Amino acid sequence: MLQEESDLSLIIAQIVQKLKGSNLYSQLERQAWASLQRPEIKLESLKEDIKEFFKISGWEKKLQNAVYSELSVFPLPSHPAAPPEHLKEPLVYMRKAQGSWEKRILKSLNSMCTELSIPLARKRPVGEQKELLNKWNEMGTDEPDLSLFRPVYAPKDFLEVLINLRNPNYENGDSLSFRTHLGLIQVPLKVKDIPELKECFVELGLNIGQLGIDDSTQVPPELFENEHVRIGQKVLAEQDSAAAQQYIRQGSPTALRAELWALILNISSQPEDVLYYEQLKTNVIQHDLLVDSLIYKDVKLTASNDDYYFVFEDYLYQVLLCFSRDTSVLSHFAFNSASPPKSYIRGKLGLEEYAVFYPPNGVIPFHGFSMYVAPLCFLYHEPSKLYQIFREMYVRFFFRLHSISSHPSGIVSLCLLFETLLQTYLPQLFYHLREIGAQPLRISFKWMVRAFSGYLATDQLLLLWDRILGYNSLEILAVLAAAVFAFRAVNLMEVTSLAAAENLAAHSEQFCTAPLFPELYRVQIPCTAELRQKEECSLLDSKSHSTEQRS
Amino acid sequence: MSRVLVPCHVKGSVALQVGDVRTSQGRPGVLVIDVTFPSVAPFELQEITFKNYYTAFLSIRVRQYTSAHTPAKWVTCLRDYCLMPDPHSEEGAQEYVSLFKHQMLCDMARISELRLILRQPSPLWLSFTVEELQIYQQGPKSPSVTFPKWLSHPVPCEQPALLREQGLPDPSRVSSEVQQMWALTEMIRASHTSARIGRFDVDGCYDLNLLSYT
Repeated sequence: MLQEESDLSLIIAQIVQKLKGSNLYSQLERQAWASLQRPEIKLESLKEDIKEFFKISGWEKKLQNAVYSELSVFPLPSHPAAPPEHLKEPLVYMRKAQGSWEKRILKSLNSMCTELSIPLARKRPVGEQKELLNKWNEMGTDEPDLSLFRPVYAPKDFLEVLINLRNPNYENGDSLSFRTHLGLIQVPLKVKDIPELKECFVELGLNIGQLGIDDSTQVPPELFENEHVRIGQKVLAEQDSAAAQQYIRQGSPTALRAELWALILNISSQPEDVLYYEQLKTNVIQHDLLVDSLIYKDVKLTASNDDYYFVFEDYLYQVLLCFSRDTSVLSHFAFNSASPPKSYIRGKLGLEEYAVFYPPNGVIPFHGFSMYVAPLCFLYHEPSKLYQIFREMYVRFFFRLHSISSHPSGIVSLCLLFETLLQTYLPQLFYHLREIGAQPLRISFKWMVRAFSGYLATDQLLLLWDRILGYNSLEILAVLAAAVFAFRAVNLMEVTSLAAAENLAAHSEQFCTAPLFPELYRVQIPCTAELRQKEECSLLDSKSHSTEQRS
Repeated sequence: MSRVLVPCHVKGSVALQVGDVRTSQGRPGVLVIDVTFPSVAPFELQEITFKNYYTAFLSIRVRQYTSAHTPAKWVTCLRDYCLMPDPHSEEGAQEYVSLFKHQMLCDMARISELRLILRQPSPLWLSFTVEELQIYQQGPKSPSVTFPKWLSHPVPCEQPALLREQGLPDPSRVSSEVQQMWALTEMIRASHTSARIGRFDVDGCYDLNLLSYT
């Protein structure tokens, strides 16, 4: 059809434009020039011969991976009449809500600035620069006085904003009717129900092998694990991003995970990338930002207190401080409903040539932000690679967890998905918790905002993040949160207060992620397939038995 | 394909409802918007663009002149086009939409009036409509500039002088090579990189005021 063809050519033109500015483009050019000396390249069929050369030497695969990466990250081109704000967020009332939330954050930061009389940014004197450079690898030993700093906001503040989100065109009657949402989220976004989730997450079905269940000690490795590892090694040898993304849906073997994630995110450590990281490090040394103190405070409060992550404290500073200076992150605001805060050089208020973004990457960290980086430290030890992986994870996934948008992977949709799943399939539990004043979302919100980092054992968390990468969606977080409630349903029915419910649900370190997915599917099995049901019950009983054994 | 905006007059929407509008509890689920073209002769419609606002289904009827003698007739050219896959949820509720000639059920020639029939069966929304409605007709196919006569009809009796005998290169080959070189330079000039430089400060200075709220 005419429309589809023109859409396709528009997408192709956009991707070509983006890739032209990239490293890969100049590398391909250089390779093409170099290949002219090869005997098999003939002048008459120059184009075809060079294409063939690219195919054999693996450069075509690199290009394919780059194109696949662009398609995964950037949204499809929108209607020509749509303004840029529409691409960030199509619903006007959500844009407004995000705008007022951002204004609150800016006010909070400004008031902290004036109260403490600390500038937003200052150039470090040379002596201080030298000192910082010397202790770059051990910034954790520094004990600056951070008592006056407070985090700009915490997840629970953000939850209050989401609870108050209203569509002005929606029937928000005071009286309870069929149109009232029983949960905390009151906006009617489209979320998937279990049949749609089953279709979407088909590789997590009971009849398909998973790492996390089928590689446990009771299961002989010949049944699944060996073959899965072999396929993983083959995928890595082929260097195919799309295949890696499909493979990782069943979990990644620990030994292959770091390379698989780098392949899916299309990260290859080139000398230019290391140089870029070094440049960011120089920026950190030269300028001191108020945001740095917020980062220090956050790391000290969260990651340093965590049994799994305190060893990586220095890495976290090295990554997060550089992240704040990275202007390449600004490009993701084209499809993020948030906007980077703006400021002017002192004395040049209102002059556009002196307008800058603050912090340079436009992202103000909140309480718990460093937990996005912490699990990655288990996989990558080289700071520039760790940095690249974190940056890519942030601009693909994590930014959606703390901005107000209608995107299916946005935090609002995840909250609504969680509440809808719970209401539909565990109505008694939902009603009970609501009656005792313990709305389930109040308990699970912090899990989802942090993508369960700090709430699950690291090996389980990495299995979860495997699925986020594999499905290119954060919906799995809401499904897992609902599954945790389903798992603890019997005990939760007996609690009588929010605190007790929180306490019960919070002991999730012993949870194994993978068995919990079929838990939610089990709830929906109709009674007609009795034999199959008995089978699955016994299978799950043995899994929950092994869960208790491990905990 | 070029297109030309047709100036139109969009009348206010009329709700179709059974019973008395004032006393009945429910909200109307059908709205009709008439679009007239007061200063334009009957034209061929190329494209309709609008911004949706919570309309679930759209039907369009056009008043069309089939031939010079018969009076204009109303014809349905689009029936129940789905704008919101789930009328109860926000999906597609505020999207920009374009409808083209080839999606219509009938030929779009000689249109004099347009009628949009909007349907929103869900009772959850307080109101629904379409905004920023724009109608386009086909633009002129070829540039409307008329060429001077001598350009389109060269004098036939002139023959190019035979230069090859005088030791000069073949002019057609030279011109094609020059054209290729020009194309290459244009390409190189056009392919500027869109990669950012990466500096966040202004001339080395990053001394800031407070954050601005606008």
